[in-house]
Amino acid sequence: MVSALKDSAGAESERPVPRRPSPARGLGDRVFRVQLTASGVIVLAIMAAVGLFLLLRAAQALRTRGVWGFLTTAEWQPDVHRFGIAAVLTGTLLIAAVAVTISVPLALGTALFISDIAPRPLRRTLVSMVDLMAAVPSVVYGLWGLFFLQQHVIGVSRWLSDWFGWIPFLHVDGTQPGEPLASQSVYTASTFVAGIVVALMVAPIQCSVMREVFAQAPAGEREGAYALGATRWGMIRAVVLPYGMGGIIGGTMLGLGRALGETIAVYLIISPVFTIQPHILQTGSNSVSSLIALHYGDASTFGMSALMAAGLALFLLTLAVNFTASSIVARSRSGAQSEA
Amino acid sequence: MTVVDLEKGAPEDAPQHTSQHTSQDAPQASPQGTPGEAAAEGTPAGPAVAAAVPDVPRRIGGVTRSGVLSVFGAAASGLCVAVLLFGELAPFSGALGFFVTAYLSFLGLYAVLTGLEEDGQAVRDRVMTVVLWSAGGLMFAALTMVVGFTAWRGREALPHANFFTQDMQAAGPLDPLTDGGIAHAMLGTLIMIAIALAITVPLGLACAVYLNQIPGRFSRFVRTIVEAMTALPSIVAGLMVYAVWILNLGMQKSGLAAGFAISVMMLPIVIRAADVVLRLVPGTLTEASEALGAPRWRTVWHVVLPTARSGLATAVILGTARGIGETSPVLLTAGFTAALNADPTNGPMISLPLAVFNFVKSPEPTMIARGFGAAAVLMALVLVLFVIARVIGGRGPGHQNKRQARRAARASRRDARRFTELHTPGLELFATGSSGTDGDTERPERGTGNGAPSPHAPAPAPAPAPAPADGDPASRDNTPAPADGDPAPQGPPAPDNETRTGGAGGNSDAATGDAH
Repeated sequence: MVSALKDSAGAESERPVPRRPSPARGLGDRVFRVQLTASGVIVLAIMAAVGLFLLLRAAQALRTRGVWGFLTTAEWQPDVHRFGIAAVLTGTLLIAAVAVTISVPLALGTALFISDIAPRPLRRTLVSMVDLMAAVPSVVYGLWGLFFLQQHVIGVSRWLSDWFGWIPFLHVDGTQPGEPLASQSVYTASTFVAGIVVALMVAPIQCSVMREVFAQAPAGEREGAYALGATRWGMIRAVVLPYGMGGIIGGTMLGLGRALGETIAVYLIISPVFTIQPHILQTGSNSVSSLIALHYGDASTFGMSALMAAGLALFLLTLAVNFTASSIVARSRSGAQSEA
Repeated sequence: MTVVDLEKGAPEDAPQHTSQHTSQDAPQASPQGTPGEAAAEGTPAGPAVAAAVPDVPRRIGGVTRSGVLSVFGAAASGLCVAVLLFGELAPFSGALGFFVTAYLSFLGLYAVLTGLEEDGQAVRDRVMTVVLWSAGGLMFAALTMVVGFTAWRGREALPHANFFTQDMQAAGPLDPLTDGGIAHAMLGTLIMIAIALAITVPLGLACAVYLNQIPGRFSRFVRTIVEAMTALPSIVAGLMVYAVWILNLGMQKSGLAAGFAISVMMLPIVIRAADVVLRLVPGTLTEASEALGAPRWRTVWHVVLPTARSGLATAVILGTARGIGETSPVLLTAGFTAALNADPTNGPMISLPLAVFNFVKSPEPTMIARGFGAAAVLMALVLVLFVIARVIGGRGPGHQNKRQARRAARASRRDARRFTELHTPGLELFATGSSGTDGDTERPERGTGNGAPSPHAPAPAPAPAPAPADGDPASRDNTPAPADGDPAPQGPPAPDNETRTGGAGGNSDAATGDAH
């Protein structure tokens, strides 16, 4: 390789011909290029294999039950061929909805705090702490939610259901408004508690996406707003928030994608039920991923196929959410580059 | 948005603003107050109207005494209101409700207090600043609580040395904490993460380089897929390996399968983070390397990867931290065991998060204590990884820490010295003959040719760099050209040339040959 280069160099030194800046020259570069492309293909193949093998394995269950039946049945009894993901999917979506409702204000506030309010020397530390929070294992969050948060949330759940029980999804069966002696256990292991824990897990991801986009808001426009007499909050509302809208939406959806797939923390907290449970404050909930974690051990071959079908549904759902999110974030980023 | 309120006249407005600034920034405020003072002094009507616009700059951030007092006053009264409400109404129970009530009344009172001396916009600004501070505070309070709670509950199991050295084979659920431990889980975690890293690091970094170095439609497609996969539910990664490895290939549950599952989950995370870091490598560096004639693979190996080294390490370590903590892929693929198993290809294996999960599912208090102990160990592991990542990474690509900067400075001083020694006989000519390349062409010729006259020039030894590239005068003329006859700036280009030569190894002569 080197000697070949030397030869070509010697030949070229007589007549200075500019080297053609082609992406590949020489044997080494061709090998290099092939290796890199191969790694890209392998990664793509692995990612495709996830969907492919799930589909392959799920085919048996889906053929038996039919896609529509699979989506609309709430029970999970694969051995008598009565199974579907209506209940677990509803639970997944409700937990994710609670999580996003709580995490978005928190993440948005923290992102704005880090990008605009916090004292400058503090900012790097804050950013690392947000990253650390994203790296805390989900089982640790689950432990915290189960052994610490749950008992403190019961009061809030009771208050919400007492005063806002007339809103259908905040209603709790078996309680009367203003009855303080009702059993506390109806408020435990609920969608709400699981949602709060998942919210803490997804907030750092949302926060870091939002912060990145906020940090790119052009300095000229920020200063322009100040020059017009804006307060800091006025500047944030007039410049940073409109500018970072793509990041806010994209970050929210990325967090939603994570929230949909969360397994262990949800599994530890909820008590699984296989009916559609729209009351988020009431005990009993379910999610696709905790269904898989719950039943993979005792599943027959056909039951495994049914679990694969549930996994496939979860996979497709998160994939759709993530694609939307990353395209929104990418669009907001490319706009940032062109304006900066 | 505008401070300027044209309807208001100077007489109403000016005093308000001066009173607002009395506390700390009186000296700053006084020059701004001049228009108002001018109006008060009774200048003619025309200028007075123009001066009626209160030209007081808006305070952005910063701490004022009245601001601090308002915060503390509002906090104190908010607390009192909450105590009162809690005693009277009692709709909440628990500490959480109390804090929410106290916080809300604090916000309301703070808005009222600020409203006493500020206009509406400033009030909104102050209140939102407090809200954002508390959002940040809440986030970090949550982090501290999660980590602190785990450590606190882990205190029962952690002091026992056997917790780190034994497995759970001999210890039943009712045995005290002096029996059994999590050695099997720690070993399992290390083996699994080692397998995952052995797959993820080469493949992930190669793929990230691919995304950066070979642009095209296919690599854009791969990037899109990888980005969408970063939030792949980890249990789906476990299911996929279960389907392929255990159902299709008929293998048993093992540490190897768990390592595969963790790799599937980590791969997109590492690729994405490494891709972002590689994108930040300055284009000038790669272009310089290309301009020296280095082929692409040498540019990547000697310029791109070393430049981004710290960032890449951070990407890998953060991916590792995520991979270590994942339970669900391991849950499906590793099986469960209470015994120490060091063979990843054979028999079930357990990892720390899975052990935590299994411990806390038991109703026995000692098992739950073990679970918290294992969680604290896991958390400590993640923290250590995280701190390492921050210490070696955290800087942008190309930035050096102090030691690296010192080393680079030393190297370039050495190079500069060698270079000046090399050119000592021609120094005065360099200084005087400021114009023209022909002066330069002759100078080095004489400098190296005469070699002997220079007293302390170890002529043959350091010579290789510029001189005998191919003994071609044309190339000699090109090397010092950027220095342009001035000896002082000649230092910097020289080390650059030297390091490139040293780094690119055998390629250097080809590079010099091609430089023109």
